[in-house]
Amino acid sequence: MLPELGQFALILALLLAAVQCTLPIWGAWRGNPALIGVARPAVAGQAVFVVLAFGILTWAFLTQDFSVAYVAQNSNLSLPWYYRFPAVWGAHEGSLLLWILILNIWTVAVAAFSRHLPEALMARVLGVLGFISCGFLLFTILTSNPFLRHLPALPDGSDLNPILQDPGLIMHPPMLYTGYVGFSVAFAFAIAALLGGELDVAWVRWARPWTNVAWAFLTLGITLGSWWAYYVLGWGGWWFWDPVENASFMPWLVGTALIHSQAVTEKRGSFRAWTLLLSIFAFSLSLLGTFLVRSGVLTSVHAFASDPRRGIFILVFLGIVVGGSLLIYALRAPKVAGGKAFRLLSRETLLLVNNLMFVCAAAMVLLGTLYPIIGDMLGVGRISVGPPYFGFVFPLLMLPVVLLIPFGPFFRWAMADWGAAWRSLRPALILALAATIAAALVFPHAPLRALMGVAATFWVGAGIVAYALRRWREAPAGRRYTPEMLGMILAHFGLAVFLAGVLITGATSVERDLGFASNQTQQVGGLDFRFTGVARVKGPNYLADQGTIEVRDGDRLVTTLHPQKRQYSGQQMQSIAAIRGGVFRDIYVALGDPLGNDAWGVRIYVKPFVRWIWAGGLFMLFGGLTAAADRRFRAKRAEADAVAPAAVPAQVSA
Amino acid sequence: MSLGRLLPFIGFALIVALLVFGLRWNRTHDMNWVPSPLINKPAPEFTLPLLYDSTKSVSRKELLGKPWLLNVFGSWCVTCQDEHPVLMTYAKKFGVQLIGLNWKDDPDAAKRWLAQFGNPYDTILVDTDGKAGIDFGVYGAPETFLVDGQGVVRYKHIGNLTPESIARELDPAIARLRTERP
Repeated sequence: MLPELGQFALILALLLAAVQCTLPIWGAWRGNPALIGVARPAVAGQAVFVVLAFGILTWAFLTQDFSVAYVAQNSNLSLPWYYRFPAVWGAHEGSLLLWILILNIWTVAVAAFSRHLPEALMARVLGVLGFISCGFLLFTILTSNPFLRHLPALPDGSDLNPILQDPGLIMHPPMLYTGYVGFSVAFAFAIAALLGGELDVAWVRWARPWTNVAWAFLTLGITLGSWWAYYVLGWGGWWFWDPVENASFMPWLVGTALIHSQAVTEKRGSFRAWTLLLSIFAFSLSLLGTFLVRSGVLTSVHAFASDPRRGIFILVFLGIVVGGSLLIYALRAPKVAGGKAFRLLSRETLLLVNNLMFVCAAAMVLLGTLYPIIGDMLGVGRISVGPPYFGFVFPLLMLPVVLLIPFGPFFRWAMADWGAAWRSLRPALILALAATIAAALVFPHAPLRALMGVAATFWVGAGIVAYALRRWREAPAGRRYTPEMLGMILAHFGLAVFLAGVLITGATSVERDLGFASNQTQQVGGLDFRFTGVARVKGPNYLADQGTIEVRDGDRLVTTLHPQKRQYSGQQMQSIAAIRGGVFRDIYVALGDPLGNDAWGVRIYVKPFVRWIWAGGLFMLFGGLTAAADRRFRAKRAEADAVAPAAVPAQVSA
Repeated sequence: MSLGRLLPFIGFALIVALLVFGLRWNRTHDMNWVPSPLINKPAPEFTLPLLYDSTKSVSRKELLGKPWLLNVFGSWCVTCQDEHPVLMTYAKKFGVQLIGLNWKDDPDAAKRWLAQFGNPYDTILVDTDGKAGIDFGVYGAPETFLVDGQGVVRYKHIGNLTPESIARELDPAIARLRTERP
């Protein structure tokens, strides 16, 4: 009975979404307050039914109702209760429902926190969000119904894919989707502004905090995914340029460009059309990612079971949403460049370079991801360009970003003083050079890439610290750091931390596949690894071979590690690596195959600084959230106040 | 409306056309055979180390006498993962030895990849810097070359091998080699 109610709730949600995307927009066009007033109740009603449907599916997993086909396919009796929650979004149908749930949460939040904004604009914003919701609900109901019955009920289900049975997976998809879907808000604001012809910069200020929060969550989602790939997939890497990773990375790159271009448009009025376009791009790439992942047009480790109807449906929806919005853009985007004039040496120019680099990088990733299809089309066959392509082009595009980023905060709007900026940054440059030389002297065999990592980290890190110190010295107490500025400092500092992780880990990691006899000791990366044997252990829904490996540095016992090889009840195998983490070094041990006579294959990695990669992501996350909390975004202000004094440090200090 | 404002829409329309093509192609087509300048020419010279014993190497000369298949793969290559089960099934049925060319890859990553998915190859050569790949005119992975006993390239397949393409093209090409032999 309950699953049918769930399906019923989805249909009601669809009807309300249809109301939400038509009547308010119509009302805003005709100036009819009654129709405009429909928007918020429709949002609330739709959310209630979506939450109900999601709750019912979760309940089916918790009570193990194997008469629901989706539940039977993705869980079984021995699955512990805490993994029944992520099992809800462990496959296509449920993750789509999660997508819709998160879209509804965003929409409710927008509806609730925007009471001070013009009603007509909000009617359009909520209408656009309703249209997106409408499309996804229709998609779920027509092609991917999670409540489909399998009667008679199965006595037991198959298993949740064991690589998904991990605490990281409880958080990874919801965070990623929160980011992905969150760009729909900036998108809705942009479309609403285009529809209403209100192309002043007010909409940008209202859209900014939402964009920052979405970007922060996407950063967290990607960081969690990378961390999960590192310690669950057991390949020891942290990024694979897999099509699905790329699908989440492209919106991130464009989103990064967007939050910077929004800042310019809001404060200076420049780049208006460009900000509109980026708002459309960021969400379009989220939709495109959804298409790539779920249509089966590309293959990936994240494969979702694909059904040709699904691919066609999403493609049509993608065509309507993105094609339609780009047409609206072509028709209504501001014809003349607005905003205050700026010189070549100015913060605007630097942010333009930032935008250019990030958009080019996104285009590069898109090209590489679609390459197999392009190959088909040109008749040269389906070929993948992998890390050899991305790993070469991407760093080249990011090099100017790393070199120029410290200048950003020191350059003034409109007209920068090169000499002043240079004097402020000279200590950072000297520090970066000194640190690199010191590193080269202490580690004479350090590879060039690791030294470049040291240089880049100190250049970016010291550059942003120099800026923070200058604000501390020159601005009066209490007005030193606005949340927006603090967010920028945190995120840029995060980039410095991230660069240290990427470049030093990439250059100095040691990876070995070794055969160990019982009680044999071998040396890897200056550490002694002693293998003392393998024992059988039993978990809640698996049996495992558990190895024991003692790690010594000289005579000192560093740690004892217990990597496992699990056999799940669904006959699926999963290797669980044992990791001794540290700020400066990870020791990573995974159990391979038995080699006979109690000997085992063991994979050992020693990865210096690898955690800095994810630590950098966390800094960026907190940066995004902090910036979104800026008071300026909350209060309703006249347009004249848009140029906040605190945002222009040089003026304050003058 | 200026043309410049329409450019994003036009770009997007091109991408959609590409994706429509991709979807249709997936359902209707199979890998198509592409003529290569190497066909019926001697395979390029090479001497490459073995994946599982880097102290040993194999050169083109040592392979003369019997036909062999060269399959270009990399652990980073997603399409290769698609092709892999097909190779696992067909490797022993080809009737000629299957040599893997581990292209632009980290040898340890390749070993892990093979440990995880299985090793269909009789011999695996390592081409980390991709130089042999350039000599063979490799576009991307996977690609497969059929070389006869005289060291002449007889057939080339770009993209993943599928049961259909093997039945339609590769198996007949191998069979032709057999009939030529006295």
